[in-house]
Amino acid sequence: MSEYFKAAIIDNISLNEDLKLLTITPLVPTISPGAGQFYMLQVGNTYDPLLKRPFSIFRSRGFDYGHRRLEFLYKIRGKGTLCLSNLKKGDDIYVIGPIGNGYPVPKEDFVVIAGGMGIASLYPILERLKKRAYLFYGARNKDELIILDEVMALSKEIIIATDDGSVGQKGVIIDVLKSSPLIKHNSLPVYACGPALMLKGLSMLVKDAKITCYVSLDEYMACGVGACLGCVVKVRSQKTEVYKRICKEGPVFDLEDIVWD
Amino acid sequence: MGLESREERVELSVDIAGVRLKNPVMTSSGTFGYGEEYSEFVDLNRLGAIVVKGLSVTPKEGNPPPRIVEAPAGMLNAIGLQNIGIKAFIREKLPFLRQFKTHIIVNFFGDSIGEYVQAAEELSNASASDGGIHALEMNISCPNKEDGWIVFGTDPKAMKQVVTAVRKTTNLPLIIKLSPNVTDIGLMARVVEDSGADAVSLINTIIGMVVDVKKRRPMLANTTGGLSGPAVRPIAVRMVWEVYRAVKIPIIGMGGIMTTNDALEFLVAGAKAVAVGTGNFVNPLATIEIIDGLGRFLAEEGIYNVNNITGSLEI
Ligand SMILES: Cc1cc2nc3c(=O)[nH]c(=O)nc-3n(C[C@H](O)[C@H](O)[C@H](O)COP(=O)(O)OP(=O)(O)OC[C@H]3O[C@@H](n4cnc5c(N)ncnc54)[C@H](O)[C@@H]3O)c2cc1C
Ligand SMILES: Cc1cc2nc3c(=O)[nH]c(=O)nc-3n(C[C@H](O)[C@H](O)[C@H](O)COP(=O)(O)O)c2cc1C
Ligand code: FES
Repeated sequence: MSEYFKAAIIDNISLNEDLKLLTITPLVPTISPGAGQFYMLQVGNTYDPLLKRPFSIFRSRGFDYGHRRLEFLYKIRGKGTLCLSNLKKGDDIYVIGPIGNGYPVPKEDFVVIAGGMGIASLYPILERLKKRAYLFYGARNKDELIILDEVMALSKEIIIATDDGSVGQKGVIIDVLKSSPLIKHNSLPVYACGPALMLKGLSMLVKDAKITCYVSLDEYMACGVGACLGCVVKVRSQKTEVYKRICKEGPVFDLEDIVWD
Repeated sequence: MGLESREERVELSVDIAGVRLKNPVMTSSGTFGYGEEYSEFVDLNRLGAIVVKGLSVTPKEGNPPPRIVEAPAGMLNAIGLQNIGIKAFIREKLPFLRQFKTHIIVNFFGDSIGEYVQAAEELSNASASDGGIHALEMNISCPNKEDGWIVFGTDPKAMKQVVTAVRKTTNLPLIIKLSPNVTDIGLMARVVEDSGADAVSLINTIIGMVVDVKKRRPMLANTTGGLSGPAVRPIAVRMVWEVYRAVKIPIIGMGGIMTTNDALEFLVAGAKAVAVGTGNFVNPLATIEIIDGLGRFLAEEGIYNVNNITGSLEI
C-alpha cells in the first residue's frame, strides 16, 4: 500500500556542506513506513527538474498519536537534490509512499553494512532492534560518516572505514569485512545498502558462505509505482534471469539472486 | 444558472472508432502499466480509457539499465518494450481491468508483419471469447527484422503493408500510433487512413540522446532513448494539427500533457481525445484533474459538447 499526498516542510537543515536533513509532515492521515521503504519526493515547482526523486525513510515519528513526521537524509548530487535543498520551512510538496518491500525485520543479532548515504535506509532497522547490530560503516572521509553518534549508540559493535583514513581503518569497508569473523564463520543475516561497487564486492565475499544478505538497490526512477519499467535490476528467478522493478519488487533483494553485469 | 450546474450539462463523451468513451481523457501506453499500478491513487472508473503497456506475442526482456534519464522538462526512456506477452496479459492482467467501468485499449507491436498479425489475431480472439478489450492501438515505431530493420512507422511502404495486413485480421477498432520521427507526419497519417485504420494516435516519443561528459558515454545503456514530457508538447501539437488537416479519421493527441490547458491545446488543434503519459509520473492524479478541468473550462466558455472544440483552431 502506498499513497499520494501533500506534505508540508517542517525543516530542511544542513548537516554539512552537501548533506541535509528534511522533515515533512503529511497534511492528511497517512500510513506509517516500514524499515527500508522509500518515498518519491517532489523536488521543485517547475518542469525542470520534472520527475520526483526517491529517498529512503530515515526516521518516522508520531504515527501513533497523529503528529506525523517523516525524515529524510539526503546528499546534494545534481539538479534534483539541489532543487530540494532550496525548499523552505512551510513549503508544500507532493509525495508518493511509502514504497517498496523494505527489509525483513531481524529477530536476533544481525550485521549491517552501510556505505555512505546507505546509512539512511538502514537506520530504521538499527532503531527497531537496538544494540543487536554489528555495524560496518564506510565512507569517503570523516565528514561523510553522517549521524555517527546516533548509529553508534544503536549498535552492539561498530567498525568504521574511510577512504582517507580520517576515522577508523583506511580503505574500503569490504576490505575490512574480508578479515572479519562475522562474515567468515557466522550465519547472522546481513543488511546492506551503499554504492553498487560495495554491493558487488559483498557478493564476491559471501559467494561461498551460507549467509543471507538483504541489499537495498539504487536506480533512476520515473514513476516509483511500477508503471514505467524504468528502474530494473536483473535477478535469477526459477532458473531464468529476469528484470525486476526496484520500486515494486524491491528495493530490497536477496543478494544471491542479483545478476551483476 | 451557476457554473456548477452548467458543468453538469457539458457533454464530455466522444466517439473514437466506434467506441463511446465517457470522456476524452486516457492514459498513454507504457506510462500506466497494466492499470493496477496506479489503481491505489486513481479511480480507474473515471478514465475515458486505459491504454496498457505495449504487448507482443512472446514476452520481451527489455533493455539493460539505465533505462531512463531526465532531460530539461522531459525524460528519455529506452525500456526496450519489456512486456509479459499477450497470453500472460490475458490470463493475469485483463481480469483485473474488466472490473472497471472504463474502456481498455491494448497497445501491441511486433518485429515482422507476421508477428503484428499474430498479435492482433490473439487479442481479437481473446476479446471475442471473453470481452474486455475494446480497441487495439498498434505501435509502429518498431524495426522490421525481415527488411533490414527499417522502422515500419517511418517508411510509407512498410507501414501500408503492415497496417493493411493487421486490418484484415481484426474487427476490433484499430488505432495506429504514429511515430514523430518522420519528415511529413500528414503523409504518414494518410497512408494509415488509406490502409483501413479507424483512428490515429500521436505522438510517440522523439528519439534523443543525453551524454555523460565526464565518462564520455551516453547516459542510457541503449545509447539513445525516446523523449517525452512537456519538452515535446509544441512539436506534438503541431503534428496533431498537420494530421487533422490531412485525414478524416479521429485523432488521439498526446505528448507532454500535464494540465487541462495542455489537453485543450490538442483538442483545439484537432484531437478528439487526449492521452496523458509522463504526466502521470509527475502527478498521478493528472488525468482526473484534466477531466474535471475540461468540464469547467467548457462550461465557462459556454461550449456544451466537447466535440465542438475539436479542430476549433482559427488561423
Ligand atoms: C530506493 C532509493 C532510495 C534512495 N534513498 C536516498 C537517501 O535516503 N538519501 C539520498 O541522498 N539519496 C537517496 N537515493 C538516491 C537519490 O534518489 C539520488 O541521489 C537523487 O535522485 C539524485 O537526483 P539529482 O537530480 O540530484 O541527481 P542527478 O543529476 O540525477 O545525478 C547526479 C549524480 O548522481 C547519480 N545518481 C542519480 N540518481 C541515482 C540513483 N538513483 N542511483 C545511483 N546514482 C544516481 C548520477 O549518476 C549522477 O552522477 C535513493 C535512491 C533510491 C533508488
Ligand atoms: C516509460 C515510457 C514507456 C513507453 N512505452 C510505450 C509503449 O510500450 N508503447 C507505445 O506505443 N508508446 C510507449 N510510450 C510512449 C507514450 O505512450 C507517449 O506516446 C509518449 O511518451 C508521449 O507522451 P507524454 O509526453 O505524455 O509521455 C512510452 C513512454 C514512456 C515515457
Ligand atoms: S520507477 Fe517506474 S517502474 Fe520503477
